[in-house]
Order: sequence, then structure tokens, then C-alpha cells
Amino acid sequence: MSQPDLIIHDEKDNVGVVVIETTKKGQDCSAWIMENDKTVKVSSMNEVPLGHKIALQDLKEGDTILKYGHDIGKVVKPIKKGEHVHVHNVKTKKW
Amino acid sequence: MEIPKSFLGYKRENGRAGTRNHVIILPVDDISNACAEAVANNIKGTIALPHSYGRLQFGADLELHFRTMIGTGKNPNVAAVIVIGIEPKWTKRIVDEIAKTGKPVEGFHIERTGDIGTIMKASKKAQEFSQWASEKQREECPLSDLWISVKCGESDTTSGLASNPTVGNLMEKLEPFGVHLCFGETSELTGAEKVCAARGATAEAKEKFMKTWNAYNDFILKEATDDLSESQPTAGNIAGGLTTIEEKAFGNFQKIGNLKFIDVLEPAEEPTKGKGLYFMDTSSAAAECVTLQAAGGFNIHLFPTGQGNIIGNPIEPVVKLTANPLTAKLMKEHVDCDVSKILSREMNLSQAGDELIKTMLRVANGRLTCAEALGHREFVMTKLYRSA
Repeated sequence: MSQPDLIIHDEKDNVGVVVIETTKKGQDCSAWIMENDKTVKVSSMNEVPLGHKIALQDLKEGDTILKYGHDIGKVVKPIKKGEHVHVHNVKTKKW
Repeated sequence: MEIPKSFLGYKRENGRAGTRNHVIILPVDDISNACAEAVANNIKGTIALPHSYGRLQFGADLELHFRTMIGTGKNPNVAAVIVIGIEPKWTKRIVDEIAKTGKPVEGFHIERTGDIGTIMKASKKAQEFSQWASEKQREECPLSDLWISVKCGESDTTSGLASNPTVGNLMEKLEPFGVHLCFGETSELTGAEKVCAARGATAEAKEKFMKTWNAYNDFILKEATDDLSESQPTAGNIAGGLTTIEEKAFGNFQKIGNLKFIDVLEPAEEPTKGKGLYFMDTSSAAAECVTLQAAGGFNIHLFPTGQGNIIGNPIEPVVKLTANPLTAKLMKEHVDCDVSKILSREMNLSQAGDELIKTMLRVANGRLTCAEALGHREFVMTKLYRSA
């Protein structure tokens, strides 16, 4: 059971959370899916710090971000697989 | 791990048990703070609970004020109470309600006497209470005497990944022992409100939850001047990687594990439906929320944090845990239980839950929390609207 670089809550999620201090640009990250104990690979496009999210697939404007298997907001700027996902490209659907 | 069946607590006159043995000096209103603080300064072994309100409030807002004052005095972590207010009527109302628990309580009012005379009279009584309380001994109490409240703060994504689920794991393991449990933070369930409502144990609980959440959401929509960015999520949350309120809400919701809640409580309301999990309608601001839960009668608090919230409470010990390895390292003096090894998979959730149970029981038995050792005594009244 090696240390993961990313953790994904649910198989349906399209983002994973960085659990190391930071990813490096181009780093081949291992992402552990908690729900089914599988591991997938994703290449980090940016330096992404601990606790921040990385896209597991290409996403277009209007797409829904899934985490915990649930809707946590909408994409407002196209996101590439491996790109940092945060307030610059995702917004709440509430408030 | 075999879970201990008991802890060492202070048995109270009404059958409840405390994890602490405080003698409190409780001001009814803002202008009585100086007097209350002077008494606490005179008499060792007492603490004053200054706050900012209590004048010209009315309606539901005034009732909440009374409920918070009375509930704080009734909390089993409090051995005895001195109540000090500007005038006799409201002071007496609080004293009479606290007295129903059977614990020593005495009220003093400042009008027609002044601060100095009141300080003298109240100090004499406070000395009596402090010396009386100092002889109380801890006794073996069943685990069911623990009323555990939970609230997370300065959350980040590590909260939803690990520290909040650790609290959920503790809840799942301790619920069969007959403990009372309480979660709150109405606004911070936004996005997860329907999933949360579905956890109501009865149709009535589900409906009550949605009604409570809708009322909060309507209020926020009415008062908001923008999208609440930097308030929800906070700047700290965003720095920690949380992007939206929905993401924060699903993380927050992990604290109740797989449990169902049996009732929805008003702010500072004492649960009356017996053991199990309750939802309390509270603000998501840490000090306000914990103050309300303590007033509801909860005697130990679990507080997962991501980026490092440092809150404490004067009467309810606040046990802090984090799964963020940087917070555990850089803010070590605030962290009672470090579960950051979950992220590196050197620890699983069940092991983390066991660690938290052990830490919580040490605190229940008397170990000072980090917040207590550092002097955190945040006592913050929730105000519903403008005063008259």
C-alpha cells in the first residue's frame, strides 16, 4: 500500500485531491480511489499544492464537477485533464 | 479496539455528569461584564463569561438569549453559578431556571447597589461556591453520560477526506453505547441539504430539517450582496483547496458517518428525545456554534480542522483534530489528535476513529485540551436580529 499522490472519493468523481505537499509540472501521479480501492494514473499539468484538486478528464464550460459522487459546482472555463481545478475555473451553483 | 465502557466525570444533582467542574460568573447583559470579571478576578477557581448582548432584545431573539444563558448555567460541566445582571427581573428568570437542576446558583443585580457593592456581595458567594466545588471528586460514569457535539472549522479538502470521516467513524462506534450526539452548521450544508434531509430518522425530522435549511437559505439570499465569496467558503477554505459551498458541505457532512438524526433542535435547545444524533440549527461560525451546543447541554466537543481553527469554549472542552500534515506540523500546539497519516495511507479510518476515541476519553477524564491550555474561552452569543 504505497502513498498516493492524489485521493479520489468516489468512482464517479471527475476530480482528485492532492495529498502530497505539491505536485510537479508533468508529474505522473498515482490516484487512489477510496470507494473501490483502485488506483489510476494522471499527469499533473501544473504545480498543484496539498488539498487542491486536479481534473481527471477534459471538462468543458457548463459541465458539472463531481466529488463524493455529488454535484459540487459548474465549470466556467474549459479544463484539461491533469489541470488544477479551483475558483478560477469552477463556481458554485448556489447563492 | 475494545471501547472503554466508562469515563471519570463529575456527577450532578440532576443525574447528568460533567467532564469539567467550573464555577461560572455569568453576566446577564453586556454592561454587567465588568462586575462579573471583577468577581472572577477576586475569587480563584471561577471563570467569568463576558459577552456582548442582553439589552433591549425582544421576541425570538430575546428567547434565544435566555435559552443560551440558562443552558450554559445548566450544563453539567458547570458545578455552580453566580448570575449578575443590571436589573433583578431578567437576572431572576435565569437563576430560577438554572436552580431547577439542583446545583448552587445565586443572582445579583447592580441597580441601586452599584458595581462595587455587587462585586463584594457576589464575591463572598463565589468564594463559597468555589471552595464547595473544589471538593467534588471524579467518579466512574457510563459512556452514555457523554453528550458529544461536533463542528468543523477552517476546513480544507483534508477535512472531507479524513478528519471529518474520523469523527463519523467515532459516531458510528459510540452511538450503540447510548451517547447523545449533535451536529449543526445549517448554512454549511448548502449543496448537500437534500442528502442530509434524507438522513432524518422520521418523516417529521426530514421535514423539520428542510424547513430549517430553507429559512436559513432564504435569509442568506435576501441579505447577500454578492455570491458570498470569501465568506462561504472562507479565504482559508479556498487557500486549502475548497472551491464551492457544495464541496464544503459534502465534506462537512462526513462528520455524522452513516447515522440518522432523530430530531432538529432550535439553537441552544436541549434534546429531549433520548440518546442518539440530533441536528441543531446553528450558525457555521465556530464560536457561535459551540456556544449554542454547550448551552444545549453537550459536555465534550470534537472539532476537526484543515487549515487550523484555534477555537475553544469556556465550559465545553474542544478536542481538535486535523488530517492536514502541514497544520499538524506548523500548529502543533492546537492539535489534540493528528490523523494526517490517513492521507499517506499509513493509518486507516477505523484506526483514526480509535485514536480519536482515546483522545476524547482522556479529555473527558480531565486532560486539558490544547485550547484550554492556551486559554481559549470564546463565548459568543448568536443574535437573530436588531435590538429594539
